[in-house]
Amino acid sequence: MWGSPGLLLTLALHPALAVAPARDYCVLGAGPAGLQMAYFLQRAGRDYTVLERAPGPGSFFARYPRHRKLISINKRYTGRSNAEFNLRHDWNSLLSHDPRLLFKHYSAAYFPDAGDMQRYLGDFAGRLGLRVQYNTTVLHVALDKDRRAWNGHYFVLTDHKGRVYRCRVLLVATGLSVPNRVDFPGSEHLEGYESVSVDPEDFVGQNVLILGRGNAAFETAENILGVTNFIHMLSRSRVRLSWATHYVGDLRAINNGLLDTYQLKSLDGLLESDLTDLAILKDREGKFHVTLKFFVEEAGTNQSADAVTLPQDDSDNFAMRVAYDRVIRCLGWNFDFSIFNESLRLSSGSEFSRKYPLIRASYEAKGSRGLFVLGTASHSVDYRKSAGGFIHGFRYTVRAVHRLLEQRHHGVAWPATQHPITQLTSSVLRRVNEASGLYQMFGVLADVILVQENATAFEYLEEFPTQMLAQLESLTGRRARHGLFVVHMEYGRNFSGPEKDVFFYDRSVGHTEDAWQSNFLHPVIYYYRHLPTEQEVRFRPAQWPLPRPTAIHHIVEDFLTDWTAPVGHVLPLRRFLENCLGTDLRSFYAESCFLFALTRQKLPPFCRQGYLRKQGLASTESLRRHGVESGLMQDHAAAGQHLRDRGQQPGDRRPV
Amino acid sequence: MCSSFRVFRVGISFVTMCIFYKSAANSLPELSPHEYFSTLQPGKASLAYFCQADSPSTSVFLEGLHEAVRPLQDYGISVAKVNCIKEETSRYCGKDKDLMKAYLFRGNILLREFPTDTLFDENAIVAHVLFALLFNEVKYITTPEDLQSAENALKGKANIVFSYVRAIGTPEHRAVMEAAFVYGTTCQFVLTTEIALLESIGSEEIEYAHLYFFHCKPVLDLTQECRRILMEQPLTTLNIDLFIKTMNAPLLTEVAEDPQHVSTVHFQLGLPLVFIVSQQATYEADKRTAEWVAWRLLGKAGVLLLLRDSLEANIPQHANVVFKRAEKGVPVEFLVLHDVDSIISHVENNVHIEEKQEDGEDDVEGPDIDIQDDEVAETVYRDRKRQLPLELTVELTEETFNATVMASDSLVLFYAGWQAVSMAFLQSYIDVAAKLKGTSTMLLTRINCADWTDVCTKQNVTEFPVVKMYKEGENPVSYAGMLGTEDLLKFIQLNRISYPVNITSIQEAEQYLHGELYKDLLSYSSVSVLGLFSPTMITAKEDFTEAGRALKGYVITGVYSGEDVLILSNKYAVTLPALLLARHKEGRIESIPLANTHAHDIVQLITDASLETFPEITVENLPSYLRLQKPLLMLFSDGSINPQHEKAVLTMVEQKHLDSLTPCWLNLKNTPVGRGILKAYFDTLPPLPLLVVVNLHSGGRVFAFPSDQAITEQNLFSWLKKLRSRIRNPISKCLLALMQHSSGVFVP
Repeated sequence: MWGSPGLLLTLALHPALAVAPARDYCVLGAGPAGLQMAYFLQRAGRDYTVLERAPGPGSFFARYPRHRKLISINKRYTGRSNAEFNLRHDWNSLLSHDPRLLFKHYSAAYFPDAGDMQRYLGDFAGRLGLRVQYNTTVLHVALDKDRRAWNGHYFVLTDHKGRVYRCRVLLVATGLSVPNRVDFPGSEHLEGYESVSVDPEDFVGQNVLILGRGNAAFETAENILGVTNFIHMLSRSRVRLSWATHYVGDLRAINNGLLDTYQLKSLDGLLESDLTDLAILKDREGKFHVTLKFFVEEAGTNQSADAVTLPQDDSDNFAMRVAYDRVIRCLGWNFDFSIFNESLRLSSGSEFSRKYPLIRASYEAKGSRGLFVLGTASHSVDYRKSAGGFIHGFRYTVRAVHRLLEQRHHGVAWPATQHPITQLTSSVLRRVNEASGLYQMFGVLADVILVQENATAFEYLEEFPTQMLAQLESLTGRRARHGLFVVHMEYGRNFSGPEKDVFFYDRSVGHTEDAWQSNFLHPVIYYYRHLPTEQEVRFRPAQWPLPRPTAIHHIVEDFLTDWTAPVGHVLPLRRFLENCLGTDLRSFYAESCFLFALTRQKLPPFCRQGYLRKQGLASTESLRRHGVESGLMQDHAAAGQHLRDRGQQPGDRRPV
Repeated sequence: MCSSFRVFRVGISFVTMCIFYKSAANSLPELSPHEYFSTLQPGKASLAYFCQADSPSTSVFLEGLHEAVRPLQDYGISVAKVNCIKEETSRYCGKDKDLMKAYLFRGNILLREFPTDTLFDENAIVAHVLFALLFNEVKYITTPEDLQSAENALKGKANIVFSYVRAIGTPEHRAVMEAAFVYGTTCQFVLTTEIALLESIGSEEIEYAHLYFFHCKPVLDLTQECRRILMEQPLTTLNIDLFIKTMNAPLLTEVAEDPQHVSTVHFQLGLPLVFIVSQQATYEADKRTAEWVAWRLLGKAGVLLLLRDSLEANIPQHANVVFKRAEKGVPVEFLVLHDVDSIISHVENNVHIEEKQEDGEDDVEGPDIDIQDDEVAETVYRDRKRQLPLELTVELTEETFNATVMASDSLVLFYAGWQAVSMAFLQSYIDVAAKLKGTSTMLLTRINCADWTDVCTKQNVTEFPVVKMYKEGENPVSYAGMLGTEDLLKFIQLNRISYPVNITSIQEAEQYLHGELYKDLLSYSSVSVLGLFSPTMITAKEDFTEAGRALKGYVITGVYSGEDVLILSNKYAVTLPALLLARHKEGRIESIPLANTHAHDIVQLITDASLETFPEITVENLPSYLRLQKPLLMLFSDGSINPQHEKAVLTMVEQKHLDSLTPCWLNLKNTPVGRGILKAYFDTLPPLPLLVVVNLHSGGRVFAFPSDQAITEQNLFSWLKKLRSRIRNPISKCLLALMQHSSGVFVP
C-alpha cells in the first residue's frame, strides 16, 4: 500500500513523474556514439530518443581539439573496392547503410578538420532522420524502482526546464567532458588546454611549461614550437608512442615534433615527475617557478613567493630552475559523474581507469542494470589496448550493445548465418580478410563460430565481446553445445609497449611454422570444445585475451594483411579446423566424389554436402591436367589406354 | 624407428672422427725461409705462409690455416708457416707487414700466390689450393659457348661433371674440388660461377649451387645432346662422390637370381633397386622399357632386368616389377605397375617418405604441413597464370549490379577470387558463356564478392560460389544443380520456357507430349510432364504449379485444364487430377494419378519418375540413383553394353526380380574413373565386362558375379538368390574408412 520510502522520495522530487510516458530507450548525448546507437535503434524500429545539450550534434568538435586537426586518419584510397575492408582504414565514419555517409566525402585531408566532423555528424543525424532532441540539458538522472519495468526500474531524467523523461533503458554517450585537474599549491596559476590561447603570436619569446604528455599536450606544443624560447613538458610517466604501443590514444607521430627537437639538442625537453609533489610559485614579475609542495608547506602560507625554497637552492643544476612565462595544463578528461544520482551506483573504475565509469565487458554499468555506457566513456573496457575509446572502435561496440539489447528485450537473437561445414574455411577467410570490426577492435570483439552437432554445419556470429564469452548463450540466444571457434586478431604478445623497439631486425615472420611468433596484427583462432565458464574467463592466464583453448591457431602475419595465400595461409588454417573437428574439409571434384561414393562408406563433407546433393563441382580439362601432374588426381583415361595396349598381347605383363 | 637409429649412429661416428682428428691434427710447422725451402720435395705440393716474425701469432687467417693442415695433408700437400727473420731475407717475405701472402709450390716451383684475404677460412684454403693444382682437370668457364664447346669436345670420349657454385672458396666449391681430385682423371670437371650460364641450361633455383652429370661418353653423334642429370642433394663431398659413383655405374644390369640377394653398386650406395620382370617372349620390349626407366631413375635407384624364365625363386604370377628398398633386411615388394610413370612415382614416393620420416623427428607439426592435399586448391593454383576469356561475361560492380539485373534476364555468378572452388567453377561458367555466345538472351554476369562484399550480402549470398538467375518480374532463383558446364547450360536452356507451360488446347497438349512443341529442349530434359486438371480443381492445380516452379530449369512441366481435358484423361486412361509423363527417348507416355498430393510430393514423384530403369551411371547422375538407398547392381563395361547383357537385366527388371536393387551399368569409355573403382575393389583391373553388387548402405560390401559364368537371366537369378542367403563372402574387404590426414597445433 505504502510503497518504499525511496519511491516516495522520488515521487516527491518529481511531481510530474506520474504523467511522464516511458520511453524504451533514452540516449544521452548526440555525439558520434549517441548517433551511432540512434541509427541502430531507428533501423530496428525501436522507441527511442536522443537528448542533446547543444543545439546540434557533435558539439564537442565545435571546440575540440583546440587546434582543429583531428588525428584520426581519413584514408580515402586503399586500392580496394570492398566497402567492409575499407572501413579498416576509415577512422571517422559511423556505420550506416548509406554509402554517402562516409567521411571521405566530407574532407580531403588525411588528418581532417574538426569542423568537417561536426558537419558530418549533422548530416548523419539529418539524412537518417534520427530523433534527437537538441537544447536539452539533462541535469539529473535517478532510478524509479518498478518491478514491471524491463530492468526492475525506470531511469528518470530531468532536464534544465524541469521536464522529466522515464526510460526503460538508458544509454549514456556523454563522452569525457570534465577537464582533469591536479590540485597542488599554485595550480591556480595554470592555464587549461580548454581555454589556453591557440594563437602562436601570444607565445612569442616565452618560456613555456606544459603539464601532461598526451596528444593534447603535444598538439599544444606543436602549435607554438616555432615561436617559444623553449617548451618543457612535465608528466609522471614516460612518453608512450602509439607506434610502439599500437594504441591510437598514445602519442601519434603527427604530434611528435617536440620529441624531434628535444632529441636533436634543441632547447625543448621532456621531464618526468609526479605532479602531485609539485608547487608553482609566481614571482613579482609574474614569472612562474617550479618547486616542491614540501617546500611550500614548510614555508607556511603567509610567506611571499620569493621566500619559498626552490630546488635549485640545494641542488644548483635542478632541471626546471628557469622561470616560466606560462604553465599550461593538458591532463586529459574525465567522465561527468555529477548528474547521476547515487542510487545508480555509477562509480568510477579502479585507479587505472578512474576517469571512466565502472562497466562490464557488455558495456552495462556494474551498478545498475539497463544502464549502458557507449562511446569514449566506455573505454575502460579496452583502455590502452584497443580502439574502444575512438570512433573507429566504438562504432562496433555500440552495434554489439544494440545486438545484446535486441536479444534481451525483443527476443531477436544475435544475427547469425548458417552454413554447411564445407564453408567453414571460407567463412573464416572471408572475415579475417575484410572484417573491419575485428580489425579495429582487435582483442575486444571476436567472431564466434558455433559448431552444430556432428560438425556438419555451423552458425557464424560476428563481433561478439570476447570477455562475455561465458554468457554467450544468454546474451545471443544461440546454443553452443558442440564446440566453438573464436576468431579474432592480435598483435604479438611481447611486441607492444612504450619501451619496445618495434623496428627490430627480424620483427616479422614469414613461415607457417613460426606463425605463433607473428608480431603484427594477425588473425588468431581459438577452439573450445565447451563454452568457457565465467571462472575460466576471469582467471585466464595473464596477458591472454581469452581462457586457454583446446587448440589455437595463428595465421601467419602478412605484410599486405591479405590472408589468402593457398599454402601459406589457407592450408594451415584448414588443417587446424580439420584437426579440431576430426573431419576432412578438403574440396573435391565430382569425379573424385564419384569414386569415393562407390568405394568408401564415409564421404568427406564436401562430397556429402555437394556432390551427393547433385551439386558436385565439375572439373575442366585444364584443371584435370594439373591435377594429374600434381599427383593428387589419377589419370584414369590414360590408365585405360595402357590397359588396352596390354590387352593385345595376352599374358604379357610388361610395364609400358 | 629404423631411420632414427641410423641417424643416431651417424652422429656417433662423426663424433669419434672429430676426436681422432683433434688428437692427430698436425700442428702447423713454423720454419725459417731457409728451413722451409730445404724441406721441399720435387713434385710435391706445399703451401707456405710467409709472415714477419713479430706479427701476431693469431689471426683469422692463421686459424683457418691451422684447420686446413690436415685436409691438405690428405691430398699430399704440406703446409707451413714461414717466419721471415731479419737475418734471412727472402723475396717471398714482403716489405709491408700487412701485405703478407701465401704461396703454393710444387717442388720448388711457384704455382700461385694468394693474398691472405682470399683464403678466408678452411674451406677457402682447401678449395683454392686444389683449384690451383687441378688446373687441367677442372676447367673454369664463363659463357654458355664455353660449355657447348667443352661438351662437343668430349662427346664419345668422357663424361662431364658440370657445377655451378656461387663463389670460389665456398664450401660447395671445396666439395667439387675434392671430388675433382678423385674423379678428375676419369671425368672432365667444368666449373662456373656465372648465374647466366646456369640459367642457360634451364635451372630454376639459381640461389643454390648445382651439379650436373653430362653423359657425353655414350654420345657418338655430334648433333646429339649429352644427357644431363641434376644432382638433387646438397653439394657435399660425400654426396658428390655417391652421385658420380652412381652415374658411372652401368645403366641397366640383367640378373637372373632372387632379388632378395641381388646387390649392386646402387644398393651399396644406399639406393633402392627396381627390377623389371621380363620373360623370353617380351625380352626386347622389356629391355627398352627398363632402359627408359633407368634413365628416369638415374641417381635415384638402380634398375635391373630380371629374367623370369631362368629364375628359380618364386615371383608372384602378376608381379611385373620388384622393388627392393635401400634399407637392409626389408623384404622386397612385388608390384603390378602398368606404366613407367607409376614405377617412377612409386620409387620417388618411397624415397620421399623416408626423408620425411627423418625430418619428422624434430618437427612436431608433421611433415606435410605445407604440402597441398586439396585437389581443387592445388589445380586452381597451378592454373592461375592461364588467361581465361573473362570478357565473355559481364563483370558487375556495386554501381552496375542493380541496373544490369533489372535491364535484362541475367545469370549472376557470385564468387570470391581467393576461393579455390569459386575459381574452379568460374572456368566452367566461362565455358558456358563461350557456348552460348550470340545465341542466348540470357546475360551471363559475375561479381567478385571479395571486392563487392556488400552487394553479395544484400543479395543474401554469404557462401561461394552461388549462381542466381534474375528475370524481370520474378524473384531471383538460385541454381541448385551441379557446378559444371553441362548442367548449367541445361539449366539456362530449360529456363527459356515458363514453368509450368500453360497448354491451351488438346492439339498443343499432344504436340507437347510427343516432343514436338519444344524439340530443341528435349536433349536437356529426359521427360516432359503434363499436369491434367479439370477447370474446377483449383487447389490441385495450384499444388502442381508450385511443383512446376520448383522444377524450373530441371524438368519440363506443362499444365492443361481446358474444358475438354477429359479427352486426354480418357485417352491415357487416368482419372483426374493426373500427371502424364512423356519419356521421349523411349517414346513412351506414362500416366500417374494425383490425389491430394502436395507440391513437395509432386516434385518427389516427378524426380523419381524421371529416373531410368537401367541407366548408364555417370559422374553426374549417380547421386540421383544413390538417393534410392538400394544396393547397386552394376555392370562395368569397356565400351557400349552388350545387348544380351542388357536384355538379361531388363528382363529381370520386368519380372520384378531386381526391385531390391538399383540395376545400372557403367561405360569405362565415358566414365574412366570407373577404372579407379575397379582397382579399389580388386586391386588390379579384372576382365570386363564385370557385374558386381555394391552394397553401400549396409556394411559397404562388394560382390562380383563369377567371371566363368555367362551373364544370363538364369545365372544372374541364381547368383542373386545365393547372395541374398549370404552364402558368398564379399570379395572386397570393408571399404576404406575416411582417412585422417591433417595436423595442427594443440595447446598442451
